[in-house]
Amino acid sequence: MNAREEMLDRVRRALADVPSDERPAFEPRPLGQDSAAPSTKALADRFLERANDYSASVRRTTAANLAATVAEICRSHAAKRIALAPGLPRSWVPSEIEPIDGSRLDTAELDAVDGALTGCTLAIAETGTLVLDGGARCGARALTLVPDLHVCVVEEDQIVDGLPQALAALQPKRPITFVSGPSATSDIELDRVEGVHGPRRLEIVLLGGGS
Amino acid sequence: MSFREAARDALADSQMRANVRRATRTIGMRRAAAVAEVPDWEELRHAGASIKEATLRHLDVHLQRFESALQQAGGVVHWALDAQQACEIVLDIVRAERATEVIKVKSLTTDEIQLNEALSRAGVSAIETDLAEMIVQLAGDRQSHILVPAIHRNRAEIADLFRQRLGIEDVDDDPRSLTAAAREHLRERLLSVPVAISGANFAIAETGTVCIVESEGNGRMCTTLPRTLITVMGIEKLLPRWQDLGVMLQLLPRSATGERMSPYTSLWTGVTPGDGPQSFHVVLLDAGRTDALADPVGRQSLRCIRCSACLNVCPVYERTGGQAYESIYPGPIGAILAPQLSRLERNGDLPDASTLCGACYEVCPVRIDIPEVLVHLRGRRVRERRVGAGERLAMRALAATFARRESYEAAQRAAQIGRGPLRHAFWPGPLAAWRQSRDLPEVPAQSFRDWWRQR
Repeated sequence: MNAREEMLDRVRRALADVPSDERPAFEPRPLGQDSAAPSTKALADRFLERANDYSASVRRTTAANLAATVAEICRSHAAKRIALAPGLPRSWVPSEIEPIDGSRLDTAELDAVDGALTGCTLAIAETGTLVLDGGARCGARALTLVPDLHVCVVEEDQIVDGLPQALAALQPKRPITFVSGPSATSDIELDRVEGVHGPRRLEIVLLGGGS
Repeated sequence: MSFREAARDALADSQMRANVRRATRTIGMRRAAAVAEVPDWEELRHAGASIKEATLRHLDVHLQRFESALQQAGGVVHWALDAQQACEIVLDIVRAERATEVIKVKSLTTDEIQLNEALSRAGVSAIETDLAEMIVQLAGDRQSHILVPAIHRNRAEIADLFRQRLGIEDVDDDPRSLTAAAREHLRERLLSVPVAISGANFAIAETGTVCIVESEGNGRMCTTLPRTLITVMGIEKLLPRWQDLGVMLQLLPRSATGERMSPYTSLWTGVTPGDGPQSFHVVLLDAGRTDALADPVGRQSLRCIRCSACLNVCPVYERTGGQAYESIYPGPIGAILAPQLSRLERNGDLPDASTLCGACYEVCPVRIDIPEVLVHLRGRRVRERRVGAGERLAMRALAATFARRESYEAAQRAAQIGRGPLRHAFWPGPLAAWRQSRDLPEVPAQSFRDWWRQR
């Protein structure tokens, strides 16, 4: 008997007391959330408040001012050479920066840029979380990992209420990263230090409708 | 060394006790605040418990589902019956890659199977990339807490360690400076070492997905940049369905660090062309888990999601710290998990390392009734004759006394006669230790039964 057969056999013997007609439970358990769907405005407000709790910097802006906001962020970090996710709308990219196609860079090249500009696939209001899934606006995982500055644009209508709603909207086959604030450690006397191996600076731009 | 002996040494270390007390209280308060924010926390706990229980009760089905889903997604699945097999499987993969270094994400499971030692014997150095694990590794130390393994060390000790072992001169004992030094030290390795080894927080049977929750970004680095990734996971880490993560990822961060979400949660399914490792292996580990599974009372221990909330509320852990448990799994969960993973052959006295106060059960996000399992394991030790003849005889005599009315009443009368002299008598052997911290209860001059008869 090989290890696989032996282990499955051990498991079955261990579960001899479980009734043979008991079926594995596969029914969904929608839990942890209110059933009433909040408005886009309420979700955006909540996302902003929660993301701020992580001391991630969040700026609210409109489509007309987006490029200027991104430019201002890059300026404040003295970041000039910015790697872009491949599918970003041109209107997001300010003329002041030096745009670099992020999909063509290897690890060493990514390490040499000043920052990365991406969108996200969705965001979670309750936990102030960005979700990246390797799609055209997110780029491959390394793009938002190796550069020391990550600027992420969240559109208001991408925000969902909580984790269960986010999971229902995601495709499991894609590589998925939930980002909740900048990288951090509390390993030394529980003193929280932000900025370890992930990008040390996370800047979120919340893109709203008119106002 | 027995827990009793190890604990005696630990109790004498007042620095360690102060460090651990401060840590457990701080994390405990953060957890309480994060939990209080969730209106349906109790419902979530019930959901978490039932998801894990349903998984365990049909583990054979879920293991096979996971295997086939992961294979379809381009992953390779290995089965390891014990620690040695798991280490050999990992070594074979590392050798095929001709790697002399591997980078590691913090993983209790790989610590449990002593993978680093096995790699080292084969000439491969394992580089721990989590800050606390790195501190423990540099110090040649043992972990003292599931979540914050170096919590027994203070900043001055860590700064000394960095100066001595890493040769970094310009580091002071500010955690910011120490963290920056660690980043600097690890950066090049994280960007260039081609093989990484991780554990798993969860794995999804229906999709073949593996999930890792972390804070520093070293986990993302290890699971994204190398060309080959090996995940070693206990078979109990499975969840049946994708949406089960919606429950577990709410329970874990709030219970562990008191955060709504940890900074990074990574989910990947096999291999994605052009993004991340192009070779992905999962090693499914038994190493005593099927023994625990076979015990209908002990089985619930396998629900554990390693959040460490039970450590932070335990009055015994707070005083002894984690190292006295002499197990990679310390605290209340360690006291039930560690002995079961070795058929009570190692850490057999850990179920005694508890006052049965029940605080651990109240905070457990998957509702493991730790006191119930502790008592059950104490009984198993007696039944399986793993305790001294004295204790067995005493318990048998007690059982016989309680079994019949005549003998019970006779014992009551004996207690009434003996109450004076016994209170002051010298108690021999282990009884002396027991008496040292306890007063004998006052035995009333008349029993209830006698009073009832005379009424």
